[in-house]
Amino acid sequence: MTPTQGPPLWLLAELTYRCPLHCVFCYNPVDFARQEDELSTDDWLRVLRQGRELGAVQCGLSGGEPLLRDDLEVIVAEAHRLGYYTNLLTSGVGLTEARAAALKQAGLDHVQLSFQDSTREMNDFLSHTKTFGLKNKVAQVIKANGWPMVMNVVIHRMNIDHIDRIIGMAAELGAEYLELANTQYYSWAFLNRDQLLPTHEQLRRAEAVTDEWRRRLGDTMRLFFVAPDYHEGKAKKCVNGWGSMFLTVAPDGTALPCHTAKMLPGLSFPNVREHSVRDIWFDSEGFNRYRGTGWMKEPCASCDQREVDLGGCRCQAWLLAQDPAMADPVCHKSPHHHLVQAAVERAGSAPVGKAVVEHPLVFRDPANSRRLTAKPA
Amino acid sequence: MNALTTETQPRVGPGFRLQWEPVQDCHVLLYPEGMVKLNGSAGEIMKRCDGERSVAAIVEDLEKAFSAQGLEPDVRAFIELAAKQRWLAWD
Repeated sequence: MTPTQGPPLWLLAELTYRCPLHCVFCYNPVDFARQEDELSTDDWLRVLRQGRELGAVQCGLSGGEPLLRDDLEVIVAEAHRLGYYTNLLTSGVGLTEARAAALKQAGLDHVQLSFQDSTREMNDFLSHTKTFGLKNKVAQVIKANGWPMVMNVVIHRMNIDHIDRIIGMAAELGAEYLELANTQYYSWAFLNRDQLLPTHEQLRRAEAVTDEWRRRLGDTMRLFFVAPDYHEGKAKKCVNGWGSMFLTVAPDGTALPCHTAKMLPGLSFPNVREHSVRDIWFDSEGFNRYRGTGWMKEPCASCDQREVDLGGCRCQAWLLAQDPAMADPVCHKSPHHHLVQAAVERAGSAPVGKAVVEHPLVFRDPANSRRLTAKPA
Repeated sequence: MNALTTETQPRVGPGFRLQWEPVQDCHVLLYPEGMVKLNGSAGEIMKRCDGERSVAAIVEDLEKAFSAQGLEPDVRAFIELAAKQRWLAWD
């Protein structure tokens, strides 16, 4: 632990991996269906108290679909009472008027409504049919409760050319903030990477369209375009620095510095059932391993950008370079950068609208989860 | 939102929450997925913006609390800046 280590400002409670949707870009672990164990209500209330004592101020309630926990209102009420700013990250599926009223009563500060999916559901959404009807209804529920309207759309090869209509619909629904988040390639998105990775040309167009909307909308809606690191040749400071401000608690109570860190080999992460949040944050091996810059290898160790990007993402280093302590391969200085370039080039070589490779998208559902993670008999 | 006058009664903007954080030793403003740490004077102004006190009353109160004079221009400048960021709102 570094002597100046501050508190975990952001506590992300992943309440469940259960989800009615099957998004192909989901960052939940591929083996989620083998992790059915979930913390009890009392466990979550204890975690919230311990986090707040350390100084956490933002509480994200996520999943899976957090509305599937029928104790969500109890958890929100305690988080609010403790002084957290409470954020519900939801698909909106299950956010009925009654449920919304109960969450408002419990003190929920903010709902982030996500538009999911590629293919069928996205098509529904883009063609104003079933899904749009649901989102529209949920958006009205959010407005009626006085919550700030924050929307999130995960962007990829198959929907990026519709960005004009996506922004238009968000404006129509009265969104105050719209996050256009390019897919991050971990977990399910990594499995489907070749089908999801946009071309350089698609990205340039999407950014131009977004800029045009910014000019048109002025202050009424704020647009955040989260650039994809694969195309930029530049690593991002992952979760603002490993163990610097983010603390995720997975449904089974595993505490993680970021929501995908569990995939990293040779590292064990503590469980909130056995350890206090304080011990986890300051003293656990899992949280200390990649803090700061001391763990770095070349080219990071002597790089003048090492404090700026902190070597990028450990999960990406593991997925692409098979070593979590290597430079993030999205960085142009990484000896593995050619792997990222090759993927982007492959994306550019196939006509848009056609899958780059002839294999089907893998939907995030329990059957696929079990199939992909089956141990040989 | 009308132009700022000494009669304006500013309040913390919708979706924002102001609170004192002992661990950080300052007032913070929380909003969806973010936080602003306020410096001492910003915190002292913001915590008086309760939607009931007028700008004139806020200035008077601050001058009394800090035994200072002529704070109005600075207070107004901050309130206008904060409104641009949506930290503060009024009718």
